[in-house]
Amino acid sequence: MRLPDAYRPGVRAGLAFALASLVLGVSFGVLAEPLMGPVAPVVMSAVVFAGAAQFGATAVLAAGGDAATAVTAGIMLNARFLPMGVAAAPALRGRVLRRAAEGQATVDASWALAVRSEGGFDRELFLGATLPQYPAWVGGTALGVLGGEALGDPAALGLDAIFPAFFLGLLAAELGRPRAAAAALIGGAIALSLTSLLPPGLPVLLASAAALIGLWGDRR
Amino acid sequence: MTEVWITIAGLALGTVVIKAAGPVALGGRELPRAASGLIALLAPALLAALVLTDTFSHDGELTVDARAAGLACAAVAVLARAPLLVTVLVAALGTALARAIA
Repeated sequence: MRLPDAYRPGVRAGLAFALASLVLGVSFGVLAEPLMGPVAPVVMSAVVFAGAAQFGATAVLAAGGDAATAVTAGIMLNARFLPMGVAAAPALRGRVLRRAAEGQATVDASWALAVRSEGGFDRELFLGATLPQYPAWVGGTALGVLGGEALGDPAALGLDAIFPAFFLGLLAAELGRPRAAAAALIGGAIALSLTSLLPPGLPVLLASAAALIGLWGDRR
Repeated sequence: MTEVWITIAGLALGTVVIKAAGPVALGGRELPRAASGLIALLAPALLAALVLTDTFSHDGELTVDARAAGLACAAVAVLARAPLLVTVLVAALGTALARAIA
């Protein structure tokens, strides 16, 4: 099967993101393997395919949180895919199942590439860019799980700093939006101040209350 | 281990629903202004919380260790507009160096 020409620019742009997905996937595999064993991290990457949610949920489990807290933390992290899906919706095609399937291509980098500042959305660029990122993410996770031993101690390599650095990079991309900096400051303050008071995972969940400032003073 | 598989199943289901929701339910329509304003701010609020708790907490207590050095390196990379991949590698390198020195 040949790839239609319309998707090629997206695939080409997606190759750079795929390299990042591969490295992040490897680090996810290395970090998740001691907690989950060799199979579960690869299954998780294949069926969830959402980096921030996987890192977030795994961090909750690693800190001793239960499954409900981990799932809730991951889903709250994925809530950003709702407005992304709304922006993409008019450009996607077909009936319910087809639209649902095309929506699964939503990852940060592809969405950011495809969204147009004037409000449009480039469907072929979006789907094409995700195409190389999926095998890179799943394959990277498998490499991390298998090669984790060869890499040595994840802490000595500083791999535990990959979680916060990854989130910081995503946060920096968000800060251009109105009030995003205020929401980040309030959310960060809520999480830090509750860290030693509440069970692991809950401070991050409660930090989402900072988004309530989005309800203020926008009635025009 | 059961917790791990419940987490994977729950998160997979939730993520599929979230990614499908906009394209399926909304089509060409838009969210009410207030709701979209709130959802747009969930990401920065949660990401900031994760950056700080992943860096400065350990076993439910606040701590400052080598991860703080890695985060500082990541912040410099972000300010220099480095790609996400570079930012992440710089953070790992900074943390590894701080641990090696300490």
